[in-house]
Amino acid sequence: MRYLPLTDTDRGEMLARIGVNTVDDLFADIPSNVLLKAPLDLPRRKGELEVERIMSRMAAKNVPASSVPFFVGAGAYKHHVPATVDHLIQRSEFLTSYTPYQPEIAQGTLQYLFEFQTQVAALTGMDVANASMYDGSTGTGEAVLMAHRVTKRRKAVLSGGLHPHYVDVVQTLSKMASDDVVALAPDVSATEDLLASIDDSVSCVVVQTPDVFGNVRDLKAIADKAHQHGALLIAVFTEVMSLGLLQSPGSMGADIVVGEGQSIGNALNFGGPYVGLFATQSKYVRQMPGRLCGETADADGNRGFVLTLSTREQHIRRDKATSNICTNSGLCCLAFTIHMTLLGEAGLKRLARINHANAVKLADQLAGVKGVEVLNQTFFNEFTVMLAKPAAEVVERLAEKGVLAGVPVSRLLPGAGLDRLLLVASTEVNTDDDRAAFVAALKEVL
Amino acid sequence: MLNRQGRPTAAGEAGTNAHPTFTGNKALAQIEPLIFEIGHHETTGVDLDEPEAFTPRLGGLERKEAIGLPGLSEPEAMRHYVRLSQMNYGIDTGLFPLGSCTMKHNARLNERMARLPGFSDVHPLQPVSTVRGALEVMDELSRYLVTLTNTTTVALSPKAGAHGELCGMMAIKAAIEAKGEGKTRNVVLVPDSAHGTNPATAALIGFTVRPVPARDDGWVHVDDVKKLLGPDVAAIMLTNPNTCGLFENQVVEIAKAIHDAGAYFYCDGANFNAIVGKARPGDLGIDAMHINLHKTFSTPHGGGGPGSGPVVLSARLAPFAPVPFITAENGVLTLVEQAKDATEQPFGRMTAFHGQMGMYVRALTYMLSHGSDGMKQASEDAVLNANYIRASLADLFSQPFGDKPCMHEVLFDDAWLKDTGVTTLDFAKAMIDEGYHPMTMYFPLVVHGAMLIEPTESESKASLDLFIAALRDLAMSAKKGETERFSGAPYHAPRRRLDETRAARTPVLKWTKPAPFAEAAE
Repeated sequence: MRYLPLTDTDRGEMLARIGVNTVDDLFADIPSNVLLKAPLDLPRRKGELEVERIMSRMAAKNVPASSVPFFVGAGAYKHHVPATVDHLIQRSEFLTSYTPYQPEIAQGTLQYLFEFQTQVAALTGMDVANASMYDGSTGTGEAVLMAHRVTKRRKAVLSGGLHPHYVDVVQTLSKMASDDVVALAPDVSATEDLLASIDDSVSCVVVQTPDVFGNVRDLKAIADKAHQHGALLIAVFTEVMSLGLLQSPGSMGADIVVGEGQSIGNALNFGGPYVGLFATQSKYVRQMPGRLCGETADADGNRGFVLTLSTREQHIRRDKATSNICTNSGLCCLAFTIHMTLLGEAGLKRLARINHANAVKLADQLAGVKGVEVLNQTFFNEFTVMLAKPAAEVVERLAEKGVLAGVPVSRLLPGAGLDRLLLVASTEVNTDDDRAAFVAALKEVL
Repeated sequence: MLNRQGRPTAAGEAGTNAHPTFTGNKALAQIEPLIFEIGHHETTGVDLDEPEAFTPRLGGLERKEAIGLPGLSEPEAMRHYVRLSQMNYGIDTGLFPLGSCTMKHNARLNERMARLPGFSDVHPLQPVSTVRGALEVMDELSRYLVTLTNTTTVALSPKAGAHGELCGMMAIKAAIEAKGEGKTRNVVLVPDSAHGTNPATAALIGFTVRPVPARDDGWVHVDDVKKLLGPDVAAIMLTNPNTCGLFENQVVEIAKAIHDAGAYFYCDGANFNAIVGKARPGDLGIDAMHINLHKTFSTPHGGGGPGSGPVVLSARLAPFAPVPFITAENGVLTLVEQAKDATEQPFGRMTAFHGQMGMYVRALTYMLSHGSDGMKQASEDAVLNANYIRASLADLFSQPFGDKPCMHEVLFDDAWLKDTGVTTLDFAKAMIDEGYHPMTMYFPLVVHGAMLIEPTESESKASLDLFIAALRDLAMSAKKGETERFSGAPYHAPRRRLDETRAARTPVLKWTKPAPFAEAAE
């Protein structure tokens, strides 16, 4: 077996040193009626070539985003990732290291976490960011729990523009923790009256911008009303690229900003692994979940970095911890920070403009197709269209024609009576040819 | 060997006193500033053309202020991150005996497979008809996990071990509520030796934690559990093999007692890697167990994630598995994102999409490579390696529960360091100078000055022999009172010991631009 260095001679010598006859003597605590005598009914070992064949056969049954005109978004986005990013995250010293519990030999990880935290704080317009969460949706669940700790209240109000799967994650967690959730009805055109739901019993208001239907939302009035009632504003994003072009949630009064960072540096990966971004104000830092990296000095006075404020965490506080979280999204967060460093301020802003420009072009072209109505007044790189036919059916027909057109709202919100709505995303990867193919195929299908 | 001028060098010509360097660098050990100190907001390492003029649709919410992000050109970025990487210790650097963390070899075949465009470049919400192969991977991985554990089903979506614990405990809570006992059963038994995530998870969803006290033999006793059981107990969270490196030898009796009391058995599967192919947790009576794909099935730890924590469930909990899950309809795999009928009672949703697909691909690649025979051999070698270290150090190091066989990790305490002036922490830092990553220290909490060593199956006998010799040399040194070797360690790492107290007292959690002339004003 290519991964196992011990030879049978080694094994014999080692058993002798230990003073037992067989390896099963070391498993003597397993009840004998439970100890397996023969290998389980699974295939035997295979060489690299054979494994590659099997895996490649399964991979070939999927349609990669790069192989077709691709407009699918709703929380995960197809972007181009520079070759440098994937090379660097495969450096052994990054790939095969552990959580930096021994900071003297983990400064590489710790320094990039410190740089990552600074980048995320700047992007979101907040004082402080953590070293990442699993993804945007679980981060949103954690943000709600944090707001409950800060306000000592237990009722969250969720905007109808919040991604329905994020709503489900928050509701699952809240139901289990016996907390209250008021989830407003799906709000396609950003006309809901969130202000009316805010009173002195509310711990937090959770608002996504751009929202799941693509609308860009102004958070200032919501922040003001929330603060008047002692509640926090949690601002959520699923497309971090938008922060290159839009006012930061922090500048609009958000108390916690949380979202999905996949778009920068990370592949689609059929839904994971991704990287959750999480930022807040300094005054709440001790109520924050997740890992934090901080600056300090070593015994020689040299600058260095360590994990810090760990008294919030489960390995110290056990059942009194701010969260049960144990890891961050290390390598995905490395990919994020490398890509962001390559882009820089100038590159990020330009890339965001390209995304917006492509989406505007697509929206205008789709609006010219009979049976299509673009519903958004505002959007960044994703918007909602109303079709003359059920969107799920249209998407299937378009897939048969080699165009992956978007996400039917009915897939996210079955039974909500929104069957003719389609979410369409366009990023820098889309060309004029892609748009032309989409429009032509749509005309045939509608 | 000739140098550039064609003049041979000889070691005898070299002086002995190193001059401090002008740059502060030490040859390959380079000092690397922060990106904020070397980058510029106008610099970019990505070539993009400005789009043609268009009318924005942002509703007047355009960003007006600068963000404050530096950029680096591609060569600068490459050098920055390569230099950072060189300050890190990884499995590929050397032996990484971090107990309970399972730092085994990460095969690069797994990386290559995860990067096949058919896996890495597919969207979680593209039509199911275009992702049949992705569903096949998930289904095949599920089949392996269910077979290896002899359970009924698996919830794949949890994003890490602690997230898997949460999933398993939520399934238990849902099952209890379905029986109408939600109000009365609100206590979870957790041994003192458990990972901190266990009590944190239970508390997160409203359970009260009732500790199971530790015994002096390292095992959880069924009699102790029985004393704590009652109509208020929802579950036990038991790690097996446990964090003391022992297989819970009364686990079958404990499972029976738990079930007889109407409660559920949550098993923390962090140490499943010791018994893959040797015993099936389902045969031991577990109801739920998370499996850290990043431990047992070798997906890379990546400096702290991403992990992946699928949860296997018994028949009693299977109906409560969260969405999404995969089913076969007329032989065709399909993805269920919402409950369809009354036989399904999913307790909800753990995450936006379908979990860590990238990790599923890597783990399945590991399983196919090893096969049932290789996985069994891996468990045996892991246990053999740990016991070899135990047997080779038993005369110098003290074991809290006596000298008896361990599973895949061996636990020492610090009794043998008494009166040497050397602490477990010092000893660990001195291991760094010898070129080793330290073992897990001060965990489990039930053991004083714990040192938990897990070599994994990836180490050769020669590697173990050198490691053992190094630890014996350090131990002799400590016993001889050579405290300086320990108290100042590490001496040879990229950094000396770091001031964690200062970091926590005055937290500096991001870079801020130094005020101009600040130094002059001081």
